[in-house]
Amino acid sequence: MALFDLRLQDVHNKLNNKELSVTELVNASYSRISETEPSIKAFITLNEEQARRQALELDKQLQEGGERGLLFGLPAGIKDNIVTEGLLTTCASQFLSNYDPIYDATAVRKLKAAQSVTIGKLNMDEFAMGGSNENSSFYPTRNPWNTEYVPGGSSGGSAASVAAGQVYFSLGSDTGGSIRQPAAYCGIVGLKPTYGLVSRFGLVAFASSLDQIGPLTKNVEDSAYVLQAIAGYDAGDSTSANVDIPDYTAALTGDVKGLRIGVPKEYLGEGIDPRVKEAVLKALSVYESMGATWEEISLPHTEYAIATYYLLASSEASSNLARFDGVRYGVRADNPDSLIDLYRKSRSQGFGPEVKRRIMLGTYALSSGYYDAYYLKAQKVRTLIKQDFDQAFERYDLIIGPTAPTPAFKIGEQVGDPLTMYLNDICTIPVSLAGVPAISIPCGMADGLPIGLQIIGKAFDESTVLRAAHAFEQQTEHHKQRPQL
Amino acid sequence: MSITSKDVEHVANLARLELTDAEKEKFTEQLNAILKYAEKLNGLDTESVEPTSHVLPITNVMRADERRESLPVEKVLLNAPDDEDGQFKVPAVLE
Amino acid sequence: MSEPNKYETVVGLEVHVELHTESKIFCGCSTAFGAPPNTHTCPVCLGHPGVLPVLNRQAVEYAMKAAMALNCTIADISKFDRKNYFYPDSPKAYQISQYDKPIGENGWIDIEVNGETKRIGITRLHLEEDAGKLTHVDGGYASLVDFNRVGTPLVEIVSEPDIRTPEEAKAYLEKLKAIMLYCEVSDVKMEEGSLRCDANISLRPYGQKEFGTRAELKNMNSFRGVQRGLEYEQFRQAEILDSGGEVVQETRRFDDALGKSFSMRGKEEAHDYRYFPDPDLVRLHISEEWKASVRATIPELPDARKARYTFEYSLPSYDAEVITSSKKLADFFEESLGYTKDAKAVANWIMGDLLGYLNANGLELSDVKITGQGLGEMIGLLEKGTISGKIAKTVFKSMLETGKRPQQIVEEQGLVQISDEGALVGIVNQIVEANPQSVEDYRAGKEKAIGFLVGQIMKETKGKANPALVNKLLLERLK
Repeated sequence: MALFDLRLQDVHNKLNNKELSVTELVNASYSRISETEPSIKAFITLNEEQARRQALELDKQLQEGGERGLLFGLPAGIKDNIVTEGLLTTCASQFLSNYDPIYDATAVRKLKAAQSVTIGKLNMDEFAMGGSNENSSFYPTRNPWNTEYVPGGSSGGSAASVAAGQVYFSLGSDTGGSIRQPAAYCGIVGLKPTYGLVSRFGLVAFASSLDQIGPLTKNVEDSAYVLQAIAGYDAGDSTSANVDIPDYTAALTGDVKGLRIGVPKEYLGEGIDPRVKEAVLKALSVYESMGATWEEISLPHTEYAIATYYLLASSEASSNLARFDGVRYGVRADNPDSLIDLYRKSRSQGFGPEVKRRIMLGTYALSSGYYDAYYLKAQKVRTLIKQDFDQAFERYDLIIGPTAPTPAFKIGEQVGDPLTMYLNDICTIPVSLAGVPAISIPCGMADGLPIGLQIIGKAFDESTVLRAAHAFEQQTEHHKQRPQL
Repeated sequence: MSITSKDVEHVANLARLELTDAEKEKFTEQLNAILKYAEKLNGLDTESVEPTSHVLPITNVMRADERRESLPVEKVLLNAPDDEDGQFKVPAVLE
Repeated sequence: MSEPNKYETVVGLEVHVELHTESKIFCGCSTAFGAPPNTHTCPVCLGHPGVLPVLNRQAVEYAMKAAMALNCTIADISKFDRKNYFYPDSPKAYQISQYDKPIGENGWIDIEVNGETKRIGITRLHLEEDAGKLTHVDGGYASLVDFNRVGTPLVEIVSEPDIRTPEEAKAYLEKLKAIMLYCEVSDVKMEEGSLRCDANISLRPYGQKEFGTRAELKNMNSFRGVQRGLEYEQFRQAEILDSGGEVVQETRRFDDALGKSFSMRGKEEAHDYRYFPDPDLVRLHISEEWKASVRATIPELPDARKARYTFEYSLPSYDAEVITSSKKLADFFEESLGYTKDAKAVANWIMGDLLGYLNANGLELSDVKITGQGLGEMIGLLEKGTISGKIAKTVFKSMLETGKRPQQIVEEQGLVQISDEGALVGIVNQIVEANPQSVEDYRAGKEKAIGFLVGQIMKETKGKANPALVNKLLLERLK
């Protein structure tokens, strides 16, 4: 069994028994990276020197004994839109290709407190805009299951590096499906927490009212551990929820008896790959066999979710990305002839086409005369979409469906057709708009490519989501499959 | 509603983007397609629906008026593309 | 030159006042003025990627307090919006401001111009963050940006177009300043930029209902500058209208040195600020309890104090107006009254000697050492005859500089008035004998000659002789 396939508890036992050192874990990470990175391209920046130094310190701490962090010694990858002090944070954009952060994101500070080891910064769609990693302005990340296919996005590097065994776990960010969809495409576990559970401080904003940081791991138990480490109120984030954080691993009882599951017909309708539908239905029968019940439900406003999402997210993005003006940081265009020229050239040279497209869409939607028709309308429809979920959760504990309508697609297949690309997110976007938690776990394969099952819970009820995901994992072998690299 | 290439130019100016003619043409076409798709929202009656700008019912998040240490100037200017005398330098604003 | 009174001037003012919180509105950096560039900055106020704002409660309460003092209705629900525009002094390329749910709306203040009271409506008061500061270098080809000021909390106070003359505009600003100082929400120093004013001004023929086309006037750096700027703009617009032209709606920059305004047209673009609710901040629900607790912190305001002074101390309205224009001055006045009952005397000393000295030297009350108690005690010494009015001037000057109690100054400098007949008779005799010509003149009917003799006696006693007693003794001697 590969080192990173061990359960977290087993890794820690081995460290305790001196069968393993943090240095060996970190070595394993970097040697796997040097083997696989040429074909995967999951990383933008490696933190090797720092990581090796930290490994020595942690090994020393191991010798000396004493209290250790929850994620002690675990090699971690961090999506490159989560700010790390002294470690380049580029958002996979040319504009920030030289950005050397002067502070740490709250989630990064929490990882430091939990004593994981940061291996490097992971590739993504530029500024988290995209679902294939083809919008990285450096190079696209490839799917470890088949390198001709996309790993999904925008947290494509985060998903591919875990699937390829380069890191033990990673952090991603999810705005409309950016953790769940790549987790599904790469056959791993990806959790988008409830909006407000994990601090956004230090997450480079795409759409502030939707963005959430979450873990990508090989199994549900690890997901619970990493969530435990990063969740919690942050006085530095006004949208952070001041709620008690339960013991997530304690929720992993394996028992789903009596759970009521709703399955939205809209998620299994037109456009869904029959192989995906079959895998989801099979998964539902596994739940039935464990004593849960399910029935078809309707989330009637699902068809409006994508339009709503693209208007809201792009509007917020157009404002969030305005600070990239070339005055205080980032790459400034050479020899501007005026201030306006500096702005225009720096931004036009620094941003890729998808980022420009969304800035244009968002600027238009907020501009004078169109605000009510687009932005305000979308905010109202968001209310209706959220109400769909509120009503469903009055009768059901969980909502289950596919994570994405299809398995991963080929690199280049959907480039140039933004609208089709956007439609891939039909099952994840409504969840983001409602702000509720959801996890994607492996539930099958189609022609060598993984399929993801999405389990959606009530706000702040990550425990039930994790319990159901974990119980499924106990009954099945999907999560044990590994790509041959 | 459909967007003209003049609208695209106006929006690009607001967003401080400089577009090539090819980009202008492409964005005009793509934005029109996206906005046409977004028109389906008009089919919904939202007259009496409150807009959602936050999914969480949080209000009155405030901090106490306490000073915290600021950054040393070296850090402030660490990423500055151009600086002089402890300040960021830019081409002059036209006066 | 246009004939006077042909056009009615209509002015609305937008005033920005910096709130003097300890820390900035959305981060913990200091708001202190005058620090070296960029030393009061952090990732949040520098607008680094990933940062988030957290609202300063004190800034909200100061804004509520200011709005209440301006008789505004305080919102039950308020929120923050982003105002999007690119400018190097705005690090996020948007300003966090308030669009459709300001802290306060529909207020008013009363101003007094030429002895008449007039009410000026306040449309709204909202809270927002200040921008950084630009300095032009390289012969105007480059600018340097200092972000120390960025994020200082501001309230923007928008008046109704109720102002009709430049004098009213000045009176409005003075009243606004006084109220802000009374509320202790701002130190309101225009030279440090903690109060800034833009004006919308238009002209219309008397009797016309519709407003004329307005110009927005910026860059007026003092209350007097506002008055001058508006006076110039009145003249400029009247000339255009007289010649059958049309006033252009535009922003104009006032140049105080030249006393003229210049069009900024073409140098700024048509704005489209794309306001939308800031998703990084949550709404404010302002409960009745919260409102009441803030209201309880508002002190007696200038108008109420003025009314009390005219009623309680029978001060003339003008005196009461001058003294209550500044809270510090009014507090000084009241402190004095703890040591003398003569309110009119206190008012006279304040309005004459004290303000005369401060104005002549460009000082504030806080720059001099005299206390209200000192002034009150000094007036007490005058009442008792311990010192003469002339000595009082010396004592007063000494109090300004040293802050010592008047009794101490009198003792240290031996300034006690000589009211002892025995001590003065000798000096009177001596002066009369030494000036026979004056004595002769007096006896010949030149009444004025006596003044010379009194002056000589006062000189001899270094001004300490009781003037009434000197007069009496002199007249007796010359009989």
